[in-house]
Amino acid sequence: MRRVNKDQRVRISLTLNGRKMSADAEPRMLLSDFLRHSLGATGTHVGCEHGVCGCCTVQIDGTAVRSCLTLAMQAEGREVTTVESLAGPGGKLNKLQQAFQNHHALQCGFCTPGILMSFTDYLARNPKPTEEELRDVLGGHICRCTGYAGIMAALKEAAGLTNANEPTGAKS
Amino acid sequence: MSQRLGTSVARKEDPALLSGRGRYADDLPVPAGTLHAHVIRSPHPHADIVSIDPAEALAKDGVWAVITGDDIRKISDPFLVALKSPIHQWSLAVDRVRFAGEPVALVVAESRYLAEDAAELVQIEYAPLEAIVDPVAACKPSAPILHPDAKTNEVSVRKFAYGDTKSAFERADRIVKLTVDFHRLSFTPMECFVAVAQYNPANDSYDCMANFQGPFSTHPVMARALRVPGPKMRLRIPPDSGGSFGIKLSVFPYVVLAALAAKITGRPVKWVEDRAEHLLAASSGPNRVTEIEAAVTKDGKILGLKMDQLEDYGAFLRAPMPGPLYRMHGAVTGGYDVPNIDVINRVVLTNKMPASLIRGFGGPQLYLALERLVQRIAIELGLDHLEVIKRNLVPPEKFPYHAAAGSLYDSGDYPRAVETAIGGGRLDYLKKRRDEARAAGRKYGIGFAVVVEPAMSNMGYLSTLLTPEARDKAGPKNGATSMVTVNLDPLGAVSVTADVTVQGQGHETVLAQIVAEQLGLTPGDVDVTLEMDTAKDQWSIAAGTYSCRFTPGTAVAAHMAASQIAAKLKGIAAKQLNVLPDDVELVGGRIRSRSNPDNAVSFSRIAGTSHWSPVMLPDGMAPVISETGVWNPPELAPPSGDDRINTSFTYGFVFDMCGIEIDPITYQVKVDRYVSMHDAGKILNPMIADGQIRGAFAQGVAAALYEEFVTNEEGAFLTGTFADYLVPTVSEIPEVEIIHQETPSPFTPLGAKGLAEGNCMSVPACIANAIADALGVKDVQLPATPRRIHALMAQHGGVR
Ligand code: FES
Ligand code: FES
Repeated sequence: MRRVNKDQRVRISLTLNGRKMSADAEPRMLLSDFLRHSLGATGTHVGCEHGVCGCCTVQIDGTAVRSCLTLAMQAEGREVTTVESLAGPGGKLNKLQQAFQNHHALQCGFCTPGILMSFTDYLARNPKPTEEELRDVLGGHICRCTGYAGIMAALKEAAGLTNANEPTGAKS
Repeated sequence: MSQRLGTSVARKEDPALLSGRGRYADDLPVPAGTLHAHVIRSPHPHADIVSIDPAEALAKDGVWAVITGDDIRKISDPFLVALKSPIHQWSLAVDRVRFAGEPVALVVAESRYLAEDAAELVQIEYAPLEAIVDPVAACKPSAPILHPDAKTNEVSVRKFAYGDTKSAFERADRIVKLTVDFHRLSFTPMECFVAVAQYNPANDSYDCMANFQGPFSTHPVMARALRVPGPKMRLRIPPDSGGSFGIKLSVFPYVVLAALAAKITGRPVKWVEDRAEHLLAASSGPNRVTEIEAAVTKDGKILGLKMDQLEDYGAFLRAPMPGPLYRMHGAVTGGYDVPNIDVINRVVLTNKMPASLIRGFGGPQLYLALERLVQRIAIELGLDHLEVIKRNLVPPEKFPYHAAAGSLYDSGDYPRAVETAIGGGRLDYLKKRRDEARAAGRKYGIGFAVVVEPAMSNMGYLSTLLTPEARDKAGPKNGATSMVTVNLDPLGAVSVTADVTVQGQGHETVLAQIVAEQLGLTPGDVDVTLEMDTAKDQWSIAAGTYSCRFTPGTAVAAHMAASQIAAKLKGIAAKQLNVLPDDVELVGGRIRSRSNPDNAVSFSRIAGTSHWSPVMLPDGMAPVISETGVWNPPELAPPSGDDRINTSFTYGFVFDMCGIEIDPITYQVKVDRYVSMHDAGKILNPMIADGQIRGAFAQGVAAALYEEFVTNEEGAFLTGTFADYLVPTVSEIPEVEIIHQETPSPFTPLGAKGLAEGNCMSVPACIANAIADALGVKDVQLPATPRRIHALMAQHGGVR
């Protein structure tokens, strides 16, 4: 990593959702603030700024990280992926997103981007998880609205543990 | 797939929220030149402010202002309070701080990072005073007084008597007494507070944006504090909000603070709260000490009740406090047919963060006391808990039922709901599990809780706080107005606005369902926009999203607005189809003759008529471009001369039952099985309804077992991070089996009642009863943490 003076503003360049972007920032700027306010990617949310809630989860080079515990500079030159990248052409929801809608896995939606980014990484690395494993990973996130039942149902559908044609929530 | 009202239509909100396209307060653009604010907060729970020296901070580049209480008292007034008592709160502390975390100064700078840096350079000298945090001690004459002008911390005492409680207690076979303490907590939405404000000196007006949730009765409070008429305090509320649960009402003092900062600096000002500030100072539910006693016959019939409720609102009484003490007032006898009750309501102030709105709003406190008492009645009389419940439930033939303190319960069949819930082998299962556990020497208990769940508050309920004479002087307060507007565009597209604030309840979807149903369209054909602008949208003081007002209120207004549109479109179509209006129906995007369905025209053609050819409308018809449904049910009368008040409009029913086991090693309370029975009248969207129930259930579990704001005796706040304040994750939330019964409300055209708060009220009581059953104890303090359970068991010889 390059060395900088703490008071000197620096140009930070990274790839956000496949596109090269850059902006000036103080070296102490958090990645969450940089994404939201410097690059305009407001889909990533901030719920605690102390690493507990998981709202701010993004991926750096494919690995889920908490952007509130990461400095923008640490993402210099790397691939950052956020919730805005998930839907397909024309806004078509991907399998995980669709499962969330099917099972009413979100209410206010504030925690949702972080959970989606965690599991996009997790399910890529472990495509055949058990319910217990899903629960463990979800344990790294706080949702205040749903009571988690819908989220678990959605994750099970996305992980192929339940049949996508029999959602428990919507579409009665 | 059916899209009709009453089916689980998928949420219209979801695609945007799942794609990072939500528009929450901190996502919205701000005006050019916006400055950023940081609040400096008191480290002391009680102290005089001796001096504030901002010089060093102001010398820093990019710092525009350090604003103090002395600055804002010159240009603003204290917030209006429901109580006529000299309890003055401005948006910054003036002269004295009264809780740890109270805003003392505001640093305004070019960036938030700069503002936070500069805050460290502001020198503030305090002279600490003795703090008082215990509500009972705060009422003693020796206690330090928070607001010297009020001369006491116990700022309101009201006594109510309904029926003949004295003779009920004389007739009783036994008196059963209990003291119950409900703790402090908050449901901490994942999005914190945001406020942005601009000031226009040309016409002395403010333009503000905040994730405020209502009630809009707070709008006049903000405008008065800013010394402007309401229209000069424009408030915009974003289209999305990251949860609220009552908490985001309490952004309002910060809206005023940002507005004043905008006036002082001459620049737009934005403030975003962080989590540490939120936990420390945003809002808390009030803690309450209830002394409750029942006069009972030996077979368990409750003849009369006495309740003495002491509610602790912290350092100030913010509008609309003391709401939690009065919101349940008419329904204070819960699900039971008890004609005689005496109630004493006391309001006390202590050196803790001010209490305010929180989901359940007075229900959790009431039902913990009442339902624990009913369990104690069973124990003391040697009866079965469930039998005592059944003996006292309001019988179905008494509906609509006039409760002793004034609530008019609209509909219900409580005994049938209880029978259904315990049936299907569910209670047998719990009993079997308990027997097995106990035979093996483990601690297992079964709990029940009965809750009447009010929805849509009477705007007059808080005036019960005043004596009848004082109410007469102040003028009557009552009712609750809901408003929804349905618009037709030139091509016949339908759009809707409504007097609610978005928080995640799926209102967009349900409003689209309701309107589509009336117009013969699908929910996908109806666009709903719920961001709010007080300068341009329709609203009354009742507007906002709180106290479950959507289903009995706004949903009905939507139904009315759409019906009004439908009736007029029928008139227009009748002329074109050459039939009578009565023969016209709206079906599947067509408007057609009932008797000859081939005689039809498209919906959009008729709907566009008023734009393109208003002259062709039937004789005397005004153009049909937008219709507002205004709903104000007559049942919401003001408090009567004898203090009876129908506090809410609809009353749902919840019956909960659970089995819990105490882990012998960790002393954790483990929920083995939980059943929740709901009668909320007609269900508009079952998926969304169950989502609300599950969310409330999780918060009820949190209140029962995990979450507590802890302030030590000196007034220091000890739960300032999510590492200390334990919000449950997925592993802590047990499964809940939800059962529905539908007894439609006769008072609303949709027959639907509120249901999103009931489990916040029932779960703490149900789990506390199960713990009492498991351990054979009388006093169960929540949250029932392992430390508390261990102490209880040690005290009762249950620790091995
Ligand atoms: S905001 Fe990063 S974990 Fe909460
Ligand atoms: S959906 Fe609101 S916090 Fe999870």
